[in-house]
Amino acid sequence: MAESFWVEVVAADALVWEGEATVLNATTTEGEIGILAHHVPIIATLAPGSTAEVLTSDGNRLLTAVDGGFLAVSLTRAAIISPYAQLADGIDIDQARSDLRSLQAKREQGDNSAETEMAYRRALAQVKTADRLEAHPSSH
Amino acid sequence: MAATLRELRERNRSVQATQKITRAMELIAASRITKAQTAALSTLPYTRELNRAVAAVASYSDVQHPLTTEHPNPRRSAVLVITADRGLAGAYSSNIIHKADDVFATLEHEGREVVTYMAGRKGISHYQFRDRPMAGSWSGFSDRPTYPQSDEVANQLIDRFLTPYEQGGVDEIQVVYTRFESMLLQEPRVRRVLPLHVVHSNEPGDITALYSFEPGPEEVLDALLPLYVRNRIHFYFMQAAASELASKQKAMKSATDNAQNLIEQLTRQANQARQSQITQEITEIVGGAAALTGSKE
Repeated sequence: MAESFWVEVVAADALVWEGEATVLNATTTEGEIGILAHHVPIIATLAPGSTAEVLTSDGNRLLTAVDGGFLAVSLTRAAIISPYAQLADGIDIDQARSDLRSLQAKREQGDNSAETEMAYRRALAQVKTADRLEAHPSSH
Repeated sequence: MAATLRELRERNRSVQATQKITRAMELIAASRITKAQTAALSTLPYTRELNRAVAAVASYSDVQHPLTTEHPNPRRSAVLVITADRGLAGAYSSNIIHKADDVFATLEHEGREVVTYMAGRKGISHYQFRDRPMAGSWSGFSDRPTYPQSDEVANQLIDRFLTPYEQGGVDEIQVVYTRFESMLLQEPRVRRVLPLHVVHSNEPGDITALYSFEPGPEEVLDALLPLYVRNRIHFYFMQAAASELASKQKAMKSATDNAQNLIEQLTRQANQARQSQITQEITEIVGGAAALTGSKE
């Protein structure tokens, strides 16, 4: 059994999840990163519209849609800090897909306002996360 | 001449109706404060993590970033004033407006140009009436601010700060808001949000651990500081909302108490008027009867 460490997933307006975990996977702006216990302290910027994955100590797999923010690993704990973080269970995939389509159409029509971009990134994060959950429902 | 019985009873009824309304508003404000406090609590983890991250980057290197660059001689300042959307909250909005006027006066006295940003309908209409130009104004969420709403405000302020002075940018940004000290005390405050002043804390703990940064400290800071500023501004909005609700509850409570006093007073007057009417009627009957018996004899 792999050694565990304390993980927090924090959104701007809520603590999304906290607990003991064995692995934390996230997509930074530099690429995929996997964190195990005793990782060196690091602060990395998360990719916009991506997915973070936590393998909890009790054997669950937790997927979270995030949009930007940070991965912060200190000597004792790790945290995913993002203005937006949504657990996979809370995602309505059909809604997210249709949102993504309409937002994509909007972008193609030349609407690149900050609002549309943000909504697009978040819808994208939701779809990616939900797809990953479907692809390997119980990979752990 | 005392008011007639009918008039007194009518006034009494109308005061009672008003009292019902103020009591309902008092209760609504009270329940919303609880909600506002829960909302404030749920943002604490995020604030804590952001602070840690900023501290980590700051301890790593001398922070050099446009958002922390202090202008030696600020020429233009932006002031965001957070007021309420609605009245019936006692002196809440007028207190904050007084404070804002002080700030405007001080800044202008120092020879700076002031750019005004206004949140809350009360402030907007106050300054519109006084012909104060506003660079931006927002309303409709003063008692329950959400992240997207405060983000919009924050983004505009950050943009303005990052714009060069020659193109209309500002050298610093201040916020005038009401701090929620307790249910009984809310105080107007002025805080500077930009440029950020990074203080190196000597707090023990794992903050001092040697971090590595990906992609690099500058890029991390680039992404981190705007989040930090947005979070501060959201915090000010939430403080203001809690203060507004507390002022409202206090104002409505005293209105309800006043109505109660008035009702008691009016009831007493009405009773007196009724008594004197009865006395008068008896006197008239007795007098009339006496006159009748007197005329028979």
